[in-house]
Amino acid sequence: MLDGEGVTKYFGGLAAVSNVDFHIDQGEVVGLIGPNGSGKTTLFNLISASLVPKPGIITFKGENITGKKPYQICRMGIARTFQTVKVFANMPALQNVLIGSFFGTSARVSPAEAAREGTEALEFVGLSEVAATPAKDLTLANQKRLEVARALATKPELLLLDELMAGLNATEVSEAMELVKMIRDKGITVVMIEHVMKAIMGVCDRIMVLHHGEKIAEGTPQEIANSEKVVEVYLGEQTDA
Amino acid sequence: MTIAGIDYKKAPVLGLPLVILVLLAALPLYREIYDVILMTSILMYIILTVSWVIFSGATGYISLATGAFFGVGIYTSAILGGELPLLIVILIGGLFSSCLALLVGALTLRLRGIYFAIFTFGLVELIKHVLLWYEITFTHTRGRFVIVVDNETIYYIMLGIFVVLMITAYVIRRSRYGLALRSIGEYEEAAAHMGINVTMVKVITFGISAFFMGAAGAIMATRWTYVDPYIAFNALFSFSPVLMAIFGGMGQFYGPVLGAAIFAYLEEYLITSRISIELGTFTLKVSELYMLIFGIILLVAILFLPNGLIGLVEKVWRQISGGEREHA
Repeated sequence: MLDGEGVTKYFGGLAAVSNVDFHIDQGEVVGLIGPNGSGKTTLFNLISASLVPKPGIITFKGENITGKKPYQICRMGIARTFQTVKVFANMPALQNVLIGSFFGTSARVSPAEAAREGTEALEFVGLSEVAATPAKDLTLANQKRLEVARALATKPELLLLDELMAGLNATEVSEAMELVKMIRDKGITVVMIEHVMKAIMGVCDRIMVLHHGEKIAEGTPQEIANSEKVVEVYLGEQTDA
Repeated sequence: MTIAGIDYKKAPVLGLPLVILVLLAALPLYREIYDVILMTSILMYIILTVSWVIFSGATGYISLATGAFFGVGIYTSAILGGELPLLIVILIGGLFSSCLALLVGALTLRLRGIYFAIFTFGLVELIKHVLLWYEITFTHTRGRFVIVVDNETIYYIMLGIFVVLMITAYVIRRSRYGLALRSIGEYEEAAAHMGINVTMVKVITFGISAFFMGAAGAIMATRWTYVDPYIAFNALFSFSPVLMAIFGGMGQFYGPVLGAAIFAYLEEYLITSRISIELGTFTLKVSELYMLIFGIILLVAILFLPNGLIGLVEKVWRQISGGEREHA
């Protein structure tokens, strides 16, 4: 469904992402892990077109999407959330989601339709009760859910989740894991960046490991947990994981 | 709640504006011509302020190009005034300003924050000096006379522009387009990833707001009868709308209208004031101090009325109506 070939991005002389090939199948939940600064978010930014790979080609459902604008990527069916929440702070939760319904697809959505979809999306992530609350007054966990609802409202086929669990407590992490499974059950393909190992191991079908911008390993959670290379560069450093 | 999520107290929404419109339309019948002229300049400031708010208020991009768009309208009128029917001239004035805005917007709307503000401010100066150079080099005169139009006609055209602008502003604010604009103001990067073509929305809105500024300039020029680049491309017309909008408060639709109306009236009142203050051997005339008084009012407003006049009104209203707490 999503393929990358030799995807590379330099910031000055530093290769933030270096010659990464990847392949995501429809219906998968893929985890993207790696130490801080290993290029995970940069890779998300490349896929969602915040950045343009140079060199490298990214294709989505067989179509080359390299060089497209972020809004086009979104309308093609790739939605994302952000590592640091970027909700529309002064707008009520429902309005945040409405923007996704109105603009996230190429079709013209009527206000009534948008309202229905928006309400549904909020219900799906469990935010119905705070629909009228300005986003800035929500808890961090709820703001992250709001970002998910907002992304879902754009009717994506592929959802990129950037550290959905970061900063959440244990209960909230389990709830967020449930949410990811529910999204997968809707038939939406998920790629998630995560530092919380329990979450990664629990929900992912497959894991990719980045280190210094390069993909150093890929496999099932079991394979990754047993890979010496991964343990060395990543798990070994993060004892709290 | 509406789709755009703005709560409207139902009753006054249609009634009050209609009453005001009728009163304004009948103004020449029951007031002196002096008041009609005063109202023309108040309407001009309201138009500049509201059209500024359409773009800058929503997106948070502070434009100081108002003086440039206004000036383009003024010069359109000065050049084409005698050649074409008045309404056509005004339309062309608006369109020229719009075109300039689309061009400038496409080039500069990737600049954020202070850079955009400085660039737009530079635009006013740039056009002023290029025009000055052109006039002196090719026409050998600095200024131009503008076709004379009677005061009532000027007033009614200004009123017409005002009405069209208010309808436009209202429609934008309530539409999905307005929602997109505000989301850009809230978090542009997120807006882009939600499927909003942020560049196009910004540039087009910039163009729409410039149209009204240019149209106002085109009709105002006929009131001034003589213009030169310094009069037409005056930085004061760039700053005034910002100040008036802040003073009135941008949280509500009518805030900027109120701010502009009060400031414009105050300006006229202070300039024509005969009051003077004796300070020992000095005599200070209020008419010469009006800029200073403006400054003080603005400082007080920023310090004590963070949400402008409208914020104060709402606060007082809440206290009277029993302190029902609502989210803004």
